[in-house]
Amino acid sequence: MKLTVNGEERQVTAATLAALLDELDYAPDFLATARNGEVVAAAERSWCTLKDGDRIEILSPMQGG
Amino acid sequence: MLEVYGETLTSRLLLGTAQYPSPAIMADAVRKSGCEIVTVSLRREMAGNRNGGRFWELIRELGVRVLPNTAGCHSVKEAVTTAQMARELFGTDWIKLEVIGHHDTLQPDVFGLVEAARILSDEGFKVFPYTTDDLVVGERLLEAGCGVLMPWCAPIGSARGPANPDALLAMRAEFPDVPLIVDAGLGRPSHAAMVMELGFDAVLLNTAVAKAGDPVAMAEAFSGAVNAGRKAFLAGPLEPRNMAVPSTPVIGKAVFE
Repeated sequence: MKLTVNGEERQVTAATLAALLDELDYAPDFLATARNGEVVAAAERSWCTLKDGDRIEILSPMQGG
Repeated sequence: MLEVYGETLTSRLLLGTAQYPSPAIMADAVRKSGCEIVTVSLRREMAGNRNGGRFWELIRELGVRVLPNTAGCHSVKEAVTTAQMARELFGTDWIKLEVIGHHDTLQPDVFGLVEAARILSDEGFKVFPYTTDDLVVGERLLEAGCGVLMPWCAPIGSARGPANPDALLAMRAEFPDVPLIVDAGLGRPSHAAMVMELGFDAVLLNTAVAKAGDPVAMAEAFSGAVNAGRKAFLAGPLEPRNMAVPSTPVIGKAVFE
């Protein structure tokens, strides 16, 4: 399945957002996620089924002003 | 004491966390300033990296309240979604709302700002809007549910200081009961003292401290300036006048001729 993850095309096998984070070696504790522009809460990632062409955003805390 | 969204704050200085020479210097600057609120952001995390986690641990160790921002968002949709992700990530319904309208000046898109503020307020967010010093926009933001206004005093990162003190004074007069925090454009502690003397409730700054030669010392200097400005406002400063007025009594002056 082909997804766009943080603006880059990725070929992945994960079926859910939680599995995707695991497959791409993200630390799930410090992330906020969205699929196709809609926020996916941490508790919902295991039930968030991915589809070919989905756009995923994975954000983390950063310095800001 | 300053009350914002039901929270009582002792410090009237809010600091951003970006652009410091190192995380350790940022942490020291925050501690030295005594500030209770720091601004943070969200950005894309690289696969396999733990940068966000490390930064978040550092902030949590400081024991300060976080005010996530929507920096760099140019549309209502971007800002709203970023705010929702910030609430998820930082566990707070506070959001410093930025909807940028102009690339060069980073001036807020006040139309998008009001729209985003209304959406987020309806969703239970406590919105801190980065806005211009326009009274009508301020009124609209309050109508949209904002409990605080954060006007710029000059473009972000410009260090120019209050470009239009009259507009800031007008805001203070128009919204006497609304917490007003100057956000953006302060360069020196004297600028912070000046806006506090005008009666503003607090200041939020980042670049002036982070890019100073000694950020920790500058954080302390800003802290002192904010306190001095606040005390001066409460003490009732004199109005300027055009003509000289002798401060020493004239009556009883000796005559030598």
